[in-house]
Parts: sequence; structure tokens; C-alpha cells
Amino acid sequence: MEYSLKLIVGAIFINNILLAKFLGNCPFLGVSKKMETAIGMSGAVVFVLTLAGVITWVVEHALLKPNELEYLRTLAFILVIATLVQFVELFLRKSIPALYKSLGIFLPLITTNCAVLGVAIINIQKGFSLLDTILFSVASAVGFGLALILFAGIRERFETTRIPKPLEGTGIGLVTAGLLALSFFAFQGMI
Amino acid sequence: MSASVLVKEFSKGLWKEIPPFRLVLGLCPALAVTTSAENGLGMGLSATFVLVCSNMLISMLRKVIPSEVRVACYIVIIATFVVCVEMITKAYFFELSESLGLFIPLIVVNCIILGRAEAFAKKNPVLPSIADGLGMGLGFTLSLTILGSFRELFGAGTLGLLFGDKVFLEQPFGFLQQAPGAFVALGLMLGGMNLLGRWLGR
Repeated sequence: MEYSLKLIVGAIFINNILLAKFLGNCPFLGVSKKMETAIGMSGAVVFVLTLAGVITWVVEHALLKPNELEYLRTLAFILVIATLVQFVELFLRKSIPALYKSLGIFLPLITTNCAVLGVAIINIQKGFSLLDTILFSVASAVGFGLALILFAGIRERFETTRIPKPLEGTGIGLVTAGLLALSFFAFQGMI
Repeated sequence: MSASVLVKEFSKGLWKEIPPFRLVLGLCPALAVTTSAENGLGMGLSATFVLVCSNMLISMLRKVIPSEVRVACYIVIIATFVVCVEMITKAYFFELSESLGLFIPLIVVNCIILGRAEAFAKKNPVLPSIADGLGMGLGFTLSLTILGSFRELFGAGTLGLLFGDKVFLEQPFGFLQQAPGAFVALGLMLGGMNLLGRWLGR
């Protein structure tokens, strides 16, 4: 129980996937200009990351490990993730159109979100059990969402602020992300 | 195919569209591995290798790959070369592969590579595609090495790539070695590049 709690708190706050591990930074800067898109992206990531974490764990332990094909991990995982994203897109469009409408445009972007592949590989490298994999994937995705939504909240204010000319756009975004990372940095030493 | 076209495609990656500054893609490795100049250089060269090979192969196959499933095909091609890089670094540059860690397999999802495949290699002949890949890759390497040198010199006080163990700063600014420092350093460098660009009148 204690271990699980540590795993969850660690993944959300201390080793936040965006701000401490630097995974998934392209969508972080790309879709954080508006709050709505940030929320949509976070939802899509929570959904896909959890599914991908579980399925890649099963692929590793049922297919790759017994056949000693670990060196194909990268190739196998990215294929699984790309297929999964396509499948989720089709499934949502058919059965839950409302959800598809809010998440739809973000789904294709997730294939190249390194957070998904990154977490899948971390799960294997750390030798997690299936339960730990689920917990870690969900917690990482929640951490991603938290950082993305906080950042979007700050970034919305840029429109009414005077920013030095050379820093406009991505430059000030990165500096702000640095300050946000600094605030998450304060959680270090909690566990 | 004249040489001037090749030079143009090659040189645009070095200033006009230099990643990750002008072309804001591939930020994760740029932030994560640039704690030292050596890591930056290693990451840049690995990505360059994958980028040149994948651009070449995708351009060769551009008339064969059906456009509906092109992204999946590109990913398979890129992932194949990434597995090669993974094995080569593990066999010959073990220390580098340890310090880059997770970020070598993650070259697969480096948006620069898929981005160049989609924006350039799928509609251009082989030679310009190679030139484009080489230019973009070297531009990326250059950016990462400069960023890495900056963070290493001021954050840790050394510059291992050129001067070995020599210590330049007795009390370095450790913030630059940490995660928040990476964001701030990249942001300020981007601002500096914009300033320089405006000053040069482009």
C-alpha cells in the first residue's frame, strides 16, 4: 500500500513526466495556448497512456521476453501504440461520438507524443508488475495533465501582457515552463 | 539536379530553419540530454544518422508507399534505424548509451524526423532528401552541442568535450544542470537567436 502511494505521488509531483523527465514537450508547448485544448489533450493522454502501458506490458511479457526478442522492443512498442491510437479513434467515433468530438483531433498527435512510448519503456525497465504498471501509467498521465493545464492557465495571460520582443511565442513559453518546473522541484525530498 | 539546389537544401537546416529553435520540434531530447556538451553531441549525431537514413529510404520508396498508410510505414522505417543506433551505441559507445538512456529509443518519436519525412522526403528525389536530412540533423547537433556546452560550463563548471577534467568555475550555477534550468536556458537561447536574427536584418 505504502509502495503504491509512493509510486503515485512520485509520478505526479516529484518526477513529473513533463517538467522533470522531459517527455512529451512538443504537445506541451503546442496545445497549451488555450485552456480547452489543454483539457482535451490531457483527457486523450490519460486514456491512451493507460491503455498503451497495459498493452505494451502484455506484449513484452507474453511475446518479446519468452522469445528473447527484447532488442525489438522499440519497434514493437511504437507499432502497438500507433495501432492502438488508430483503433481507439475508430472505436470512439463509432460508439462514443461525444467523447470523440472532444478528444478526436488530439488522438493522431498522441502517436508521436514521446510520453506514451517513454512511460511504456520505463514500465519495462523498472521491472514493474502489471498492477504497478497500471498505477504508474495513470499517475504519469495525471501528472502530464496537471502540468499542461496549469501551464495553459498561465499562458492564457500572455495575451494581455507586454513581453520582450525577442522572447515572444515559444521563448517566453519555455521560460515560464522553467518557473513551473521550479515550483514542482520543491516537491523533491518529500519521499 | 544542380549542386546549388543541394547546397540550398543543406544550408537551410543550419540557420534559416534550424531545429529546435526555428523549427520548434524535438524539444524533449534538446532539454533532457543537454546537461553536458558531450551528451548533446552524441544525441545530435544519433538523430542525424536516423534522419539521413530515413529521409533517403522514404524518398526512394515515395512512389511505392500508399498515402493512406504512409505514417505507419514511416514509423516502421524510422524505428528500424533507431534499433540500429541503439545496438551500435550499446556496442561501441557504452558510456554514452548509459547517459542518454531512454532518449535513444525515443528518437523514434522525435517529431523532427517524422516531420522531415512528411514535409520533405515524401515529395522530393533522393539526393535533395539526403541533403535536407544532413542539414537538419547537423543543425540539431549544433544547437544541442551549444546548449550542452552552455549548461555544462556554467552549471557544472567544466567542459569535458574539449578540456577534459579542467575546472573553469569554482562555484558553478547548479540551477542550470537541473530540470528547470533546462527550460530557462533553452528559452533564453531562443530569445538570443531572435535578437541576433533581427540584428542581422533577416
